[in-house]
Amino acid sequence: MKFLRNIFDNAHKTLNSSEKTKKFFPLVDAFDTLMFTPNHVTNKGSHVRDAIDLKRTMMLVIIALVPCLLFGIYNTGYQHYRVLGELEIISFWEIILKGALVVLPLVVVSYGSGLFVEFIFAIKNGHTVQEGFLVSGMLIPLCMPADVPLWMVAVATIFAVVIGKEVFGGTGMNILNVALTARAFLFFAHPTKMSGNEVWVTGFSDLKGEKYASLVSSANPEGVVDGSSGATALGDLASFMQDSPVLENTQAFQAKYSLMDSFLGFIPGSVGETSALMCLIGAALLLWTGIASWRVIGSFFIGGFVMATILNLVGGNGYFELPAIHQLMLGGFMFGMVFMATDPVTAAHTNAGKFIYGFLGGFLGILIRMVNPAYPEGIMLAILIANVFAPLIDHMVIQNNINRRLKRLKTA
Amino acid sequence: MKITVKKGLDIKMKGVPNKIIAEGNLSKSFALKPSDFPNLTPKLLVKEGDLVKCGSPVFCDKYNDVVIFVSPASGVVDKIIRGEKRRILAVTITSDGKFTQLNSKAKDFSKLDRLELKTDLLKSGLWPLLRMRPIDIIARPEDNPKSIFISSFDTNPLSPDYDFIMHNKSAEFNAGLELLNILTDGSVHLQIRKNSDEVFSNAKNVKTHLVKGPHPSGNVGVQMHEIDPINKGEVVWYINPQDVMILGRYSLTGAYDAKKVICIGGENVNSPKYVKTISGSSIKSILEGTEITENSRLISGNPLTGQKLEKDSFLGFYHHQLTVLPEGNEYKFFLSEGWLSLGFNRFSASKSYPTWLMPKSKTYQFDTNLNGEERSFVVSGQYEKVFPFDIYPVQLIKSIVTNDIEKMENLGIYEVSPEDFALCEFVCTSKINIQEIVRNGLDLIYKECM
Repeated sequence: MKFLRNIFDNAHKTLNSSEKTKKFFPLVDAFDTLMFTPNHVTNKGSHVRDAIDLKRTMMLVIIALVPCLLFGIYNTGYQHYRVLGELEIISFWEIILKGALVVLPLVVVSYGSGLFVEFIFAIKNGHTVQEGFLVSGMLIPLCMPADVPLWMVAVATIFAVVIGKEVFGGTGMNILNVALTARAFLFFAHPTKMSGNEVWVTGFSDLKGEKYASLVSSANPEGVVDGSSGATALGDLASFMQDSPVLENTQAFQAKYSLMDSFLGFIPGSVGETSALMCLIGAALLLWTGIASWRVIGSFFIGGFVMATILNLVGGNGYFELPAIHQLMLGGFMFGMVFMATDPVTAAHTNAGKFIYGFLGGFLGILIRMVNPAYPEGIMLAILIANVFAPLIDHMVIQNNINRRLKRLKTA
Repeated sequence: MKITVKKGLDIKMKGVPNKIIAEGNLSKSFALKPSDFPNLTPKLLVKEGDLVKCGSPVFCDKYNDVVIFVSPASGVVDKIIRGEKRRILAVTITSDGKFTQLNSKAKDFSKLDRLELKTDLLKSGLWPLLRMRPIDIIARPEDNPKSIFISSFDTNPLSPDYDFIMHNKSAEFNAGLELLNILTDGSVHLQIRKNSDEVFSNAKNVKTHLVKGPHPSGNVGVQMHEIDPINKGEVVWYINPQDVMILGRYSLTGAYDAKKVICIGGENVNSPKYVKTISGSSIKSILEGTEITENSRLISGNPLTGQKLEKDSFLGFYHHQLTVLPEGNEYKFFLSEGWLSLGFNRFSASKSYPTWLMPKSKTYQFDTNLNGEERSFVVSGQYEKVFPFDIYPVQLIKSIVTNDIEKMENLGIYEVSPEDFALCEFVCTSKINIQEIVRNGLDLIYKECM
């Protein structure tokens, strides 16, 4: 420890020795405070402070994301070999290797580009680097399709950090969730890489529909692979709303994507979102450590469930008839609920507001997902809308408190 | 009235004072520090070398010169210590050890009316013992408070136990209460706990309320909020129970007798205990016979709201507690004892440390390390867990930071004082100095609206 400490002390000394290098202080400070809780003592107010700090809070969220990341790596490889029909001859480690080669570069690019921007702003504005991006940097690759080009990840990350966060004043000041801003940016700027039937299984994204199908069928002359497309479960479901559905009815869908597979996550989708189980493990850690708000998670789930049930009752096509609980296990619902909606900065800040905010997010998420002609998934847009409404919700809650106080004044 | 405070936090620190009252050494030097009184601009009434007696005026409020501050001892004015821009930091008095009184004629106070009593208390120098809410400053003589509050217990960490200190002091306490009753048309509210000493449970001329719950249930602010909340334009006074005794002694003897018992606590004290002393005594005299570890911080008051002191300094006017804590000016490696450690020995109100899984009786080591760096406000819902007011703390703080007076009023600034936010400041992940912000907000409100 002493050795490490000396290195940092010397680095600080070297930086401070000249005016020119002084501004690079945040660079050394970021690594220093990562390795050591600094020796700062209280000089105003309370003399003792709680042991918690923002680094620990953010690190626990990252730890909660690890199950999703690991499963995402596995599933990326798994889906690739499933389409090729080689699952039986491929070992577990080959699947992991394939997945890791695809997913880890996404993580590296996301952190690299995002932290680069953070450091530039820290040096320019002369403040220390805040930890907010540590979580965003992990969320961004996990909410992307595996085959998204790396340069797009870099552009989207830089866009999200600069426009989504820094222009509002940095960590803690942003209105929209940073990771979702990055995803929404790509979603609208490069729709072909972010939606459709081709992008969801790695290794085939450059092939167009028919070519892809022919490759799949040539790879599997016996038709080992049941689905002939690389679309997500939600893509298949959305086709119920069109003239030529991929599948005949809800039962056929449930046969292709069983509730168990959807829950465990062995379905195509964005890297980290497919496994409801892994999201729930993350949720358990976040709720256990009190970092995520149970108010948001609970009401978000209820909101989604209520909407899905309403559409269940409406019925009329294969999509609407899918049981609500199955509906919630698909797509980004669980991932968005646990990791995106709970972002404390962009969620409602008041406890009462959190209930409304969460419910709104879940409710709108399923509504947008199921009742729209264009996008197979709506959770991202719903959470962004809920983010925008959060200050308004808080305003109403606070106004209520103000009125209560005014009333007391009048009756007194 | 029974009050149960649900939100809050009891901070379990090592070094709780033992229930022993040491005689203590008589201080040779005393001081009055204008900085003990928020918002006060002092005007000196003495020069260096002047002779003073117990109760002789030393300085007064420049903008309200009937409020005077008097010497707790007889002797010579030693030094007038000034800081930047010649601001008066302290007036020190070297005691002659005799404690000669300026006046010592007992009066029959029960025959005085309110105005006469006010004049008398102002002249005697006892007036500053009374403080007011909103703003949390010395009571203004022209106000008629709607009630007066006394909290008979302190829930801050390592705080003095008034049940122990004031056992068998009913005569003085009740005499003080009698005076307080003259000062208000409303009630004098005394908040007690289940096992309070009979000096409190049998107190006369008061409305007693039984209070239950964790810190800050002992703060008068919380008690006012539950019993008689302050609206805009209303004024409530409050006073510490030991200060009621000082009033009582004045009523019984006519003398300015600022004796009190304080406690010395904290991990870096070899024998935490109670000590008899006099208001304004030097820290040196209080700590005589007590050993203190190197690299300690001396705090006049409790660890949450007290003032940092140097060794040659003096006890604060309103403080009944001296705390000695280890300075936390050391680096902590992140895995072994820093921010990513398992942290079985680190206290946290957040569940991300295992504190909440430990037995409730466990005590923790605390130092003055900030445990992190100051950050933007990120984690929501944290203050609300330890803030038992029907007030939105974060939004109130934001309105103060943006100097939005109307919003501050709407959100309830008249009900709070910095000490009510001490726990919010303690638990804050982003290490924001909230008490300072609230003080600034109150000062602004005082300037603009009072």
